[in-house]
Amino acid sequence: MSVKTILKPDFLNKFRRSKSGIAGVTILFLLIGMSVYAAAAVPLDSFRQWNNPNYWIKYPKSAMPTWTNIFTSKKQPEHLIKDDAIITEGSYQGVKNITYTYKFAFNYDFFPNDFMLSYAVRYGSIPPIFDVQFGRPDGDSFDLISSSLPSPQGTHYVFKDTLFSTDSQIHESLRNYQDRYSYNVDVTRPEVMIFSAKNNPSVLKGIYTLKLTFSFFDENGADKVLNTEFILGGKVFGLLGTDEMRHDLSTGILWGTPVALFIGLSVAIVSTFIGLFYGLTAAYKGKKTEPTLMMIVQIVINIPVLFILIILAITIGRSIFLIVGFFTLFGWVSMALISRSMGLQIKSYAYVEAAKLMGESDIKIIFRHIIPQLLPFAFATIALAVPSAILAESGLSFIGLGDPTIPTWGQILHDAQSSDAAARGMWWWIMPPGVMIGITTVAFVLISRALESIVNPRMKKI
Amino acid sequence: MGFKWFLLLRLVRMFITLIAVLLITIALLGATMDDILKRNVQLGVIEQVSQDAKLNSSFKNQQEQQNYVNNQINARIHAQGLDEPWYSPKSLGIKLFKTMTLDLGNALFLTSDSGSQKVSNIIMERLPNTVLLFTTSTVIIILIGLYLGSYSASKIGSFLDKFTSASAIFSISVPTFFIGMLMIVVFAFVLHIFPSRSIPLTNPSDPYYIFDLLYHMILPLITVILVGFGGWAYTVRYYVINIFNEDFIAAKRAQGISERKITYSHALKNAAPPTFLSVALALSGSITGSLLVEIVFNWPGMGLLAFRAISVMDIPVIIGLTYATTLIFVITIFVVDLMSQYFDPRVKVG
Repeated sequence: MSVKTILKPDFLNKFRRSKSGIAGVTILFLLIGMSVYAAAAVPLDSFRQWNNPNYWIKYPKSAMPTWTNIFTSKKQPEHLIKDDAIITEGSYQGVKNITYTYKFAFNYDFFPNDFMLSYAVRYGSIPPIFDVQFGRPDGDSFDLISSSLPSPQGTHYVFKDTLFSTDSQIHESLRNYQDRYSYNVDVTRPEVMIFSAKNNPSVLKGIYTLKLTFSFFDENGADKVLNTEFILGGKVFGLLGTDEMRHDLSTGILWGTPVALFIGLSVAIVSTFIGLFYGLTAAYKGKKTEPTLMMIVQIVINIPVLFILIILAITIGRSIFLIVGFFTLFGWVSMALISRSMGLQIKSYAYVEAAKLMGESDIKIIFRHIIPQLLPFAFATIALAVPSAILAESGLSFIGLGDPTIPTWGQILHDAQSSDAAARGMWWWIMPPGVMIGITTVAFVLISRALESIVNPRMKKI
Repeated sequence: MGFKWFLLLRLVRMFITLIAVLLITIALLGATMDDILKRNVQLGVIEQVSQDAKLNSSFKNQQEQQNYVNNQINARIHAQGLDEPWYSPKSLGIKLFKTMTLDLGNALFLTSDSGSQKVSNIIMERLPNTVLLFTTSTVIIILIGLYLGSYSASKIGSFLDKFTSASAIFSISVPTFFIGMLMIVVFAFVLHIFPSRSIPLTNPSDPYYIFDLLYHMILPLITVILVGFGGWAYTVRYYVINIFNEDFIAAKRAQGISERKITYSHALKNAAPPTFLSVALALSGSITGSLLVEIVFNWPGMGLLAFRAISVMDIPVIIGLTYATTLIFVITIFVVDLMSQYFDPRVKVG
């Protein structure tokens, strides 16, 4: 069988008829689709800034996936990140009022964790007045903040600030509304007080409005609001929730796909071909070369790779390309064993002997007569080597020696382990990366089974 | 080739592997190791001088004592070849010897449970726990695999056969540590049957310590077995089926020997040598899985120690662990090799 045979319709037909092959290829295409989606639709910054806590500050901490609400009778509040305010402008006696209004429905059974407001304003001479009003579904509204922003430093001064629900100014303002409740309310927890019903300490469901008003006194009209943002800290978020470091797990899982495919495929392809040539050289050279070469193979096989990998990662580096290199260093041996024993067999075939007698060079014989015979096995071996490379990477990341700059599934599991996620029952943090590793490796195992049963018909009986 | 020759060859190979791993370690960490060993020499000399009251009183002043200490340090550094580059034969030889006797001085940060700072004490305290978990799981996996593998080979297409194939795929595609984490979620967090942490609370001197340890071992053990048995059973199945195709099995069938006896005493015995050889190949993966599971369950073995050592970059401990795991590993392969020879009817043992 040669390359041409692989491309022959017969081979493809056989592959198409194998159920496991089809299943494997389908999963593989899904994974490739996920990688393409990650590259095309997810901001690249979420990949680069994975380990920068500031990038993830807007997300909730340890939030469960949103869909878990479907299975519970009491609904957990969803985390809201809103910057889609309705902007209205008005002016009154030379004062320009710009209002950002956020409207959102709050129909959950638990109170939010907290909330925060960020804004950036540019102004020249006179500081504007900043006013925050929270409107409740029962028609009441609370003034949270009403104060003037700090004096400008320079003519195009940009003032940026984030107001947290823990701000003492908000607590002071809420004291004015304490008596509207029929029970004792805690003003230091605005996220509870604002969202409470007045007659009993439970959540008041309905549409809430948040109004941020900026009043500008400058006459030339250069002052303006650059942007505002409102975040309501919830307990559920997104498709897969978030972890302790506020990473959006769905983003991490998505980015893990191309990384895993890259590591798996590159290690498998490179090491299989190294093994192929190594084994063939041993088989073809024979005499004194073979025992020496095979002795090296035996030694490499007997090395427990984990600790050598640890030392390599510590001393040389932990970038993803280096890791691929390290795995290749130890990954070629099994293919070397296979290709040597097959090479020995093929070498004794009559047509190889004939080619030799006709005076063809060794290299030509290897490339024209032996390698084409071995290629199908090489492909099957590649498919089988991908899972072990992916598992090895996840293991290395798990002990904390993966590439620290990028998100990988193993690294997410490492974070989960460091935060004791298992004992705290944070299944949404543990399941997705592990299942993704499983699915990816299973895809390649299935493909390799299908390939093997075609190239090695003796297996089919089994 | 007799059994003695085989034994000798394997021993030589074992030794070469060990040396190769140590050479790689020293080549990568040689300079760092030099610094560590020099520091240990310094500490050793200072401690010795400060404890020797008679010697101390013989010094006239601080300067003289300092000179004496420096001379001593230099002499010892020279004696250990530490003033030469790490690749010089003398320095290399001494380092190899020191690693092989676990004479690596003090750890940088870690201490053993009994409070010792010596690398050898720290590692020797953890070694039995790793060996306990790894050997128990390997033995159970081999037993399950032998039975399940030969059974499914004799009944191809049966439910158990399909189960074996499915577990084989599970074996090679799921990280052991991930299953361990799931086990904790299910059995410790949801069901509260087993503890999530493996370190027993009883004092090691307590007579009930061993029971407590075994109770804590159950969850990690189940995890390693659950992930490990499928691949091994599938290997057994593969080789037993190959034997089933041979003529002598057909002859036995013709003689009217029961299918059960053929499977377990003839086919399995003949399939043993190649199976054991492939186990030797798979062991590297299973010891890695076992070490990683220790981290998940906080099992006080070498995997957990490695995890701690990496997080604080305790190089002497990492070097010691590399040597210790390699040693366990080559010994296991050696034993498996011996077993494969023992079961091989073509080789006369003894």
